[in-house]
Amino acid sequence: MLSFILRRLAQAVLVMLAVGMGAFSLFRYVGDPVSNMMGQDAPAAQRAQLRADLGLDKPAPVQFARFVGHALTGDFGLSLRQGREVSALIAERLPATVELAAVAALVAMAAGIPLGVYAALRRRHWDAKLTMALSLLGVSLPTFLIGIVLIEVLSVLLGWFPSYGRGTTVQIGVWRTGLLTADGWRHIALPAFTLAVYQLALLMRLVRAEMLEALRSDYVKFARARGLPDRVVHFRHALRNTLVPVLTISGLQLGSLIAFSVITETVFSWPGMGSLFIQAVQFPDVPVMAAYLCLIALVFVTINLGVDLLYAVVDPRLRGRGPGSGVPR
Amino acid sequence: MRPAAAAAPVGRWRRLLASDLWHDFVHSRVAMLATAVALACLCGALFAPWLAPHNPSDLATLDLADSHLPPAWMADGRATYVLGTDDQGRDILSALLYGARISLMVGISAVVLSVLLGVTAGLLAGYAGGLVDAALMRVCDVMLSFPPILIALLIDGVGRAIFPQARDALAFAVLILALALTDWVRYARTVRGSTLVERHKEYVQAARLMGVPRWRVLRRHVLPNVLGPVLVLATIQVGHAIVAEATLSYLGVGVPPANPSLGTLIRIGNDFLYAGEWWITLFPAVALVLISMSVNLLGDWLRDALNPRLR
Repeated sequence: MLSFILRRLAQAVLVMLAVGMGAFSLFRYVGDPVSNMMGQDAPAAQRAQLRADLGLDKPAPVQFARFVGHALTGDFGLSLRQGREVSALIAERLPATVELAAVAALVAMAAGIPLGVYAALRRRHWDAKLTMALSLLGVSLPTFLIGIVLIEVLSVLLGWFPSYGRGTTVQIGVWRTGLLTADGWRHIALPAFTLAVYQLALLMRLVRAEMLEALRSDYVKFARARGLPDRVVHFRHALRNTLVPVLTISGLQLGSLIAFSVITETVFSWPGMGSLFIQAVQFPDVPVMAAYLCLIALVFVTINLGVDLLYAVVDPRLRGRGPGSGVPR
Repeated sequence: MRPAAAAAPVGRWRRLLASDLWHDFVHSRVAMLATAVALACLCGALFAPWLAPHNPSDLATLDLADSHLPPAWMADGRATYVLGTDDQGRDILSALLYGARISLMVGISAVVLSVLLGVTAGLLAGYAGGLVDAALMRVCDVMLSFPPILIALLIDGVGRAIFPQARDALAFAVLILALALTDWVRYARTVRGSTLVERHKEYVQAARLMGVPRWRVLRRHVLPNVLGPVLVLATIQVGHAIVAEATLSYLGVGVPPANPSLGTLIRIGNDFLYAGEWWITLFPAVALVLISMSVNLLGDWLRDALNPRLR
């Protein structure tokens, strides 16, 4: 068990180092940091001085070690576009994205699991078939189009929800939240739903497939033979056994919610990390891009690691195998 | 020589008509409908210069007096602008046809490039094994654990930082490269898997024993036998690449604005939604959905039809 944990940790550190290497080469080789800071026509002596001050005259491995050291303390330098600390920019926008992703995940699970169960239990009825067809649409429609349609219908035509921004927010310590005011909830409704649609459809299809599988299994047949009521068979026996893979996938999808928020945030002018990243790509603002890359990689690696370790706790067969054996995807 | 060359296409045509695939196709309404829609979109895009009533890139024909016109069937609409006009008096139908041309061009080039990259990498990894295999597969593992749109955005951003003055052709190249470098891992994985199976089969061993050079064994013997799944994947990926391109263009980091794709048109129209001018966004959006859904359905059908276990 210990060796499995150590091996997975080493793998996670290796991935982070690889991503860090990518971010470092962005810093180092895309554009000249010295010209970025001093302008193109600074005197050569000053440039050399700054180069030495920044440690850019040292060999690349030394520079990389320094970069990793700085990155570990959250220091990614100054944004080229705004001239402010990248870490401050991200810290300011992190709460908006985390709240959006969390609400979207809740919406996707609260709606996706019941709908999937429903579609499985009534699979020969037209309403379940309609739900399945709609879920296919949900998986294949581009996120930004869903957002535009929601804005057009619910915001422009009906005027029920505001279409941009976070509304009234409350500052608690370092965290600026929009979830404590009614206005904040009205603002988060459309973006969170837009972000949730894809996950909702995915989750629903998964729950349906797993439920159908469980309903065919021997223990369900046996439970029926014992004369247990349908309600108990469906929810105590079948649903409970489908929840393990469903929760795994939902966990793994948390990271992609944060990644997909790039699109949703742009559509709804949501002031989160995603729109910060898009502005960085448009500009192009290398320090912000590199910092976002490292942060997202950290989120993904942590989630994957957590899920793998949980699986190892649950399923003893996974502990002994070599690298690469983890959650079957 | 000549009769054989003339006979070959006829023979192939006959073989196609007699095949199981054709039989499945004729008996699947979804597949035929999807093909019809996809072909219609393809033709509309290919023949845009002849089909479109106006040339949207020709500034001389634009008249600001014709701007913001609704579609022809509405109160202020005009018959010359069937689907209305945008803020600069551009005909929406023409912009749509030209936009679909750009979208399809970018999507298909990206898929072709990623198939080339992925198949080569997969063949190499599967056939050579060892260190090459391990290194390539670790790269795939890392890339597959991130959402593709994020990787494409990142590569696009790096491309923009390296070529700050990228316009027109170069901007297209950066975009296509970003999409292709995102997708190649899927082909590499698939091809590596089937290569590992094929390389131990007798025909490959026989060819090697006969002294056929390595690259020739790969190209003539292994490659044709691993291409089936690649074909299915590539069909589905065309749909995904078109949507990815539209998303990047919608986010303002895709094709240059001088040659608007469907995503750019949707982005432009987005600003006029609040003014009630829905047609500028809606029609390009419908075209995008039609293309992506028809290609997806076709890909799904092809996957099921070629899967012997589902027969």
